[in-house]
Amino acid sequence: MSVAKEYLKEERSQEWRNELRKSLKSKERLEFKRIKMNEVAPLERIRSYIEVNSGLTEIEAMAEARRCIDCPDPTCITGCPVEINIPKFIKKIEVGDFLDAAKVLKETSTLPAVCGRVCPQEKQCEDRCFYQQKLGREAVAIGYLERFAADYERESGHISVPDVEERKGIKVASIGSGPAGLAFAGDMAKMGYDVTVFEALHEIGGVLKYGIPEFRLPNEIVDIEVDGLRKMGVKFETDFIVGKTATIDDLRADGFKAFFVGSGAGLPRFMNIPGENYIGILSSNEYLTRVNLMHAAQHEYDTPLLEGKVVAVIGGGNTAMDSVRTAKRLGADRAMIIYRRSIEEMPARVEEIKHAKEEGIEFLNLNTPVEYFADEKGRVNRMKVQKMRLGEPDASGRRRPIPIEGSEYFIDVDTVVVSVGVSPNPLIPAALPELEVTRWGTIVVNEDTMQTSIPDLFAGGDIVRGGATVILAMGDGRQAAAGMNKYIQETVMNKV
Amino acid sequence: MNKIVEKEYFSDNVVKIVVEAPRIAKSRKAGHFVIIRVEEKGERIPLTIATSDEDRGTITLVVQTVGVTSSKLAALEVGDVILDVVGPLGQATHIENEGTILACGGGVGVAPLLPIVEAFKKAGNRVITVLAARSKDLIILEDQMKQYSDEVVIMTDDGSYGKKGLVTEGMEMVINREKVDLSVVIGPAIMMKFAALTTKKYDIPTMASLNTIMVDGTGMCGACRVTVGGKTRFVCIDGPEFDAHQVDFDEMLLRLNGYKEQEKKAYEEYLATVKK
Ligand SMILES: Cc1cc2nc3c(=O)[nH]c(=O)nc-3n(C[C@H](O)[C@H](O)[C@H](O)COP(=O)(O)OP(=O)(O)OC[C@H]3O[C@@H](n4cnc5c(N)ncnc54)[C@H](O)[C@@H]3O)c2cc1C
Ligand code: FES
Repeated sequence: MSVAKEYLKEERSQEWRNELRKSLKSKERLEFKRIKMNEVAPLERIRSYIEVNSGLTEIEAMAEARRCIDCPDPTCITGCPVEINIPKFIKKIEVGDFLDAAKVLKETSTLPAVCGRVCPQEKQCEDRCFYQQKLGREAVAIGYLERFAADYERESGHISVPDVEERKGIKVASIGSGPAGLAFAGDMAKMGYDVTVFEALHEIGGVLKYGIPEFRLPNEIVDIEVDGLRKMGVKFETDFIVGKTATIDDLRADGFKAFFVGSGAGLPRFMNIPGENYIGILSSNEYLTRVNLMHAAQHEYDTPLLEGKVVAVIGGGNTAMDSVRTAKRLGADRAMIIYRRSIEEMPARVEEIKHAKEEGIEFLNLNTPVEYFADEKGRVNRMKVQKMRLGEPDASGRRRPIPIEGSEYFIDVDTVVVSVGVSPNPLIPAALPELEVTRWGTIVVNEDTMQTSIPDLFAGGDIVRGGATVILAMGDGRQAAAGMNKYIQETVMNKV
Repeated sequence: MNKIVEKEYFSDNVVKIVVEAPRIAKSRKAGHFVIIRVEEKGERIPLTIATSDEDRGTITLVVQTVGVTSSKLAALEVGDVILDVVGPLGQATHIENEGTILACGGGVGVAPLLPIVEAFKKAGNRVITVLAARSKDLIILEDQMKQYSDEVVIMTDDGSYGKKGLVTEGMEMVINREKVDLSVVIGPAIMMKFAALTTKKYDIPTMASLNTIMVDGTGMCGACRVTVGGKTRFVCIDGPEFDAHQVDFDEMLLRLNGYKEQEKKAYEEYLATVKK
């Protein structure tokens, strides 16, 4: 999908935008400082699951929106995987048309309230912002503004439902209800298809529900966005594992004309070091699923939880950050990150690292576990850790961590959360031996259409990319919807 | 969906539940299991599908009440609905004509053994089944097993029924009498451990169906992991059946007790509320 430059130009030259640009000189706009997000104080928030960021007020949002100089060539959009018309929605905020701003977001994004909270904006739109690129100054707070507009709409009670084309009477399915599947479903519904989303778990949302914690993304926000899809006619079937509960062939026989696989990268990796299967050592997926999906920390729920006092989380990504901050909230006296590279190389969002530090999380960078020990009941009680130093850059461009001989030492722990990455969910590839996959188990697709080696099967999100991001998954879902629409036009609809 | 259509007590704490799940009834095979969640605040637990009836669109589960969730499930009556039933999960049993099969079930492990015995019999094998329990009233599914076995050997710890002795003694009796080509063992981890040691002595290939703690059942969490042949495997997607001689049962036994204290406390609290 290339940005339709003409369209952007036309939008920019509308009367209200011209007026607005004239009303305040760019030079004056550049004088303003970037707004700070309102946050719940660290000591208060670690005692509950309250959302850390509390959003911007209307006045703050309008003030921040003034900073955007409405560039003739808005490079920020090129940094957005779903190409939100960023200047337009920001200018709508500047003039106080918050509901219209939300509509602009929804033109291209299915889950704006989610993206406003979890996107790594500092690596995407904000990184391409004029301020950042040309002036070396703090970018316009695009993410905060996105969240503001989406929240405003939700709280106003005037949630707009995108227009849906006349029903075509053609059934298509999404396998998985994470951001990829939801974005796909939204676009297909807009085009008039009859969409069913199949989900293996008992809740809709994929990682948004079972992975990302309440203090970063309240479940209610996901539910409301899902409700929006329901209003557009999308059907949801939970507790349904495609390939197990029914095969793709069964579903073809039920009349489904094409499928989108958005089954995610659900399979947790372990390090395969001695003692890793002791009690109290678990994957971040298990830890977060117990807490977020099963509500194990709440007494009235039945799922049990090991509430550690000294918790070590292995890894440096968002998942590791979410786990360690969860541990703190569950009452850990000591909650620490153990990561084999330096802090600059951690893949987590910058904001998560900042928040974690404020909350008293310890960072043991350039350290890696090599062995675990347990008490007589098999519960982990100690770990052996080795120090690392940075060598030459590796394939990822980051400097390779090299173990330092003889630097091993011990840390007493009672809980270890292993968060060293995930592999693609093997359910669909296992059910379809003829499907082409890479040697890592990701599904091979045509990058333009997202079509797989099986013509009526499209795929996107983490099952294609390995562990990536919400917004990339959504971008894939939308691209697959376009590809599938074309495929259906060419094959199914042409056949009489 | 998921409506209970039939319920029958096999013993005081073992109950058979027949539940509507047409899709699962159609696609399930011997060895498969489901994950259920009884109600909104409930946990997800795995249960093997004992049998199914495709025409009625039902699957049969056999539950032993050992804790909160199994008790809540057993407390449901005909007409009630189980909130979530998802499956069929796991790899189906690899069924072939091997010759003579020694099938051993202990305690509630007899329920998951039933479909496997049935499938082996239908594939033309000679099937000898050993059922073991503490006492007579805990022996379940004997008649159903007889239907698909050439012989059923009953072992009880206290000698109240069948022969007195452990499951392994029943197994050795058969092994010493005739050539066994494959053994299948399902039951408590400790029983499977000793059954596996027994067949190892005689070099008989043996499969065990493992009942680890699970959360999602789709390979997403690793709660179910076990060590098999020195490698970590996930029971929910790689299993539940593994080469019993390769399974690290000692580790599995420890892991099964991972949440023991919490489970015990929760069960006591639960029992206190139902008694009221
Ligand atoms: C803890 C955590 C924190 C994260 N934080 C961030 C963040 O801050 N920002 C960010 O951008 N990204 C973050 N990510 C990454 C992001 O969540 C993922 O990249 C994204 O969710 C991938 O979307 P998806 O739709 O491809 O898959 P998923 O969200 O994984 O959804 C896949 C769904 O498909 C279901 N499924 C699988 N197989 C089947 C089947 N056969 N039949 C039916 N259903 C099936 C699964 O149960 C699952 O619900 C985080 C990830 C984790 C785990
Ligand atoms: S139960 Fe979660 S991976 Fe097996």
